[in-house]
Amino acid sequence: MRLTCPFSGDRDSREFSVRGGAVLERPEGEWSAEWDAYLHLRENPAGESREFWYHDPTGTWLIVTRNTVTHEVLSVEPAREPG
Amino acid sequence: MTRLVAQTPCAGLLPVDIGTVRVTEAEPGPMHLVAPFRGQAKAVSAVLKDALGVGLPAPNRSQSADGVRALWVAPGQALLIGAEPPDLPGAAVSDLSDAYAVVEIAGADAAEVLARLVPVDLGVLKRGHTARTLIGHMTGSVTRLGAARFEMMVFRSMAGSLVHELTEAMEAMAARRALAARPD
Repeated sequence: MRLTCPFSGDRDSREFSVRGGAVLERPEGEWSAEWDAYLHLRENPAGESREFWYHDPTGTWLIVTRNTVTHEVLSVEPAREPG
Repeated sequence: MTRLVAQTPCAGLLPVDIGTVRVTEAEPGPMHLVAPFRGQAKAVSAVLKDALGVGLPAPNRSQSADGVRALWVAPGQALLIGAEPPDLPGAAVSDLSDAYAVVEIAGADAAEVLARLVPVDLGVLKRGHTARTLIGHMTGSVTRLGAARFEMMVFRSMAGSLVHELTEAMEAMAARRALAARPD
């Protein structure tokens, strides 16, 4: 698999680590079912997914939208705000 | 009194000549990581440009002027090499002098040797272009200095591994060339 990093350009997967789905909303307050879901429950979509990927050599967090069925990479964006 | 002798990261390891390729250690001098705060990149670049003649480089690029270089290493971070930085209130500046092992690889097969270690097409790098990538299993920077000359930087603690990996790749490359030159 290759990812086109918005900074470094086209790189192969050796340079990246996957860091899980970029979909989780951290719940507020005391322990609840939402906290349980936040910690333990993960979607495993067949199809389009949004994930955090980390470019190890530059320490850049990316949000990768890709299709887990066709392995097509739809977009790679920086996770941080520009500036 | 004990006299401490300064040693370069690759002391006793380099130079190495194998086949057409030569690896030597570079002495980059002072080295500082410059990371502008949010929204300060332009101002910091202007101050650097005024003081030293080099600004903050664009991604995958480097700038050089009068022996001073600025090397892109990550989004919003550059390595300033060869000069002490001016006062930069808009940036976090860390002294990384002596923290990196810096080596130069030169010779006809230099690019072919690197192709065995670096998962980036170095053919697309022009002079002064840099890639922050992997060298073997190490994180490092590879910068093209000339037609058949590259600079590699890894953390100082990995100097021995870098020379080992390079030596193996150079030996394999030289063996491959010798085999191709052998009459049937």
